[in-house]
Amino acid sequence: MPETISLNIDGEELRVEPGTTVAAAVLLAGSRTRTSVTGEPRAPLCGMGICYECRVTINSIPHQKSCQILCEPGMDVRTA
Amino acid sequence: MNARFDVLVVGAGPAGIAAAVRASESGTRVGLVDDNPTPGGQIWRRGAPQPASARGWLTRLEASGVQRLQGWRVFDAPQPGLLVAERSGAGDSECAELHFEKLVLATGARERFLPFPGWTLPNVMGAGGLDALVRGGLPITGKRVLVAGTGPLLLAVAAELVERGADVAGLCEQADLRQLIPLGLELFRHPGKLLQGVRLRRASRKAQVLTGCWPVEAKGRNKLEAVVVQREARRWEIACDYLACGFHLVPNLELPMLLGCRIENGFVGIDDAQQTSVADIYCAGEPTGIGGVESALLEGEIAGLGAAGRQREARRLSRKRPAMQRFVRALERSCALNPELRKLPHEDTFVCRCEDVPLRALREHHSWREAKLLTRCGMGPCQGRICGAATTFLFGWEPDSVRPPLLPARIASLRACGAAVELAQHNKETR
Repeated sequence: MPETISLNIDGEELRVEPGTTVAAAVLLAGSRTRTSVTGEPRAPLCGMGICYECRVTINSIPHQKSCQILCEPGMDVRTA
Repeated sequence: MNARFDVLVVGAGPAGIAAAVRASESGTRVGLVDDNPTPGGQIWRRGAPQPASARGWLTRLEASGVQRLQGWRVFDAPQPGLLVAERSGAGDSECAELHFEKLVLATGARERFLPFPGWTLPNVMGAGGLDALVRGGLPITGKRVLVAGTGPLLLAVAAELVERGADVAGLCEQADLRQLIPLGLELFRHPGKLLQGVRLRRASRKAQVLTGCWPVEAKGRNKLEAVVVQREARRWEIACDYLACGFHLVPNLELPMLLGCRIENGFVGIDDAQQTSVADIYCAGEPTGIGGVESALLEGEIAGLGAAGRQREARRLSRKRPAMQRFVRALERSCALNPELRKLPHEDTFVCRCEDVPLRALREHHSWREAKLLTRCGMGPCQGRICGAATTFLFGWEPDSVRPPLLPARIASLRACGAAVELAQHNKETR
């Protein structure tokens, strides 16, 4: 059993398996990834870095495509 | 970072891997740049058991001298023989100048999405999209999923979801049985594909397949709760946690177009040696026609050998292309969209989900450019990669140009790239 990774999503700690994408972790935490320009909740659509619906803030850097980034220990993820 | 390659390959799916491996095994200095964290592209994505061919190629790639640049996105081609890429992740972003003698474009394809009421709800995803999320760690066991759209990807996704313990509520294929028969017959010429189809259908046996059927509405408050589907005159509602919906694939043409490669009938035009209309630029895999893994591997091998100067071997392999191309054409016909699907979006349905532009706002415009300028359709971060394919189907609009940066890029990367170009020009002038 590989060790799990602990990261922080909107202030809540979440433990995931290594190899988990940030997008999957955000869904696992029950969050939306972003709010659209008219205020709709949005979550990943394409899963492959094309649609930009999965973008979140990671370690204070905004607009990161969470479906193409793997979870790392101590990561701080913020949805909007 | 600054690197020089004899052969640079863009895209580490099957076509790109085959091209990079064959070129590298021929003794050339090869770079393979890809935007995902690991090689394999979409079809050989990690997180699921890999077919034997995938394991073979990935092992060969590992053993080769190919310099792998994973997690790098190419965003500009500022001058001949140079691409610039950016890497951004958990830390600071980096910029790379990638110089090349020969270039192989293996940029793959993306799913085509069509707008319908509720398609922007969380948990409405692409078919490949949900599969990617599940492989990336999203638990699916016990979840109820409806798979819909068109194309063989739906069957592959349904099979994988069933194997992982999802409750697949159904598979709605927009094509009717009559449209699918010629593809079924063509499959008998490709025993490998036929066998795979039978295996996938057996794996997904719990899922009911409905042809001539598509979703007309996704319902839910803050996330998906149910999907209304339609078949002929009948409509009914299916409760589900996820809708995995994609209408076949469209090629990623942005980089080929930026480089000036000729586009023919919606795909990169190539000759028998996978050469594009631009000297020293090859193209392989889905951007030349949606043909799947086998065809992508063959084209990648031909392109890689050609780029490494092994023309005779490339030509020998090239003899297998006509059979593959016949399959590509049969597949394309089987996935042709029913014109009825143009009626899917309502007036207030968002067509562009980056800028939330409803169908109503697009009706009065006559071209992609006009719609972009006056409604911001296609002007958001995805740069029309999602709504462009939809408006091509809905209105017949075609993108008229591609400009850098190909993707949103950081100011620091743009500045580094600009400085690199200035330096290269300065060096050229003073040489």
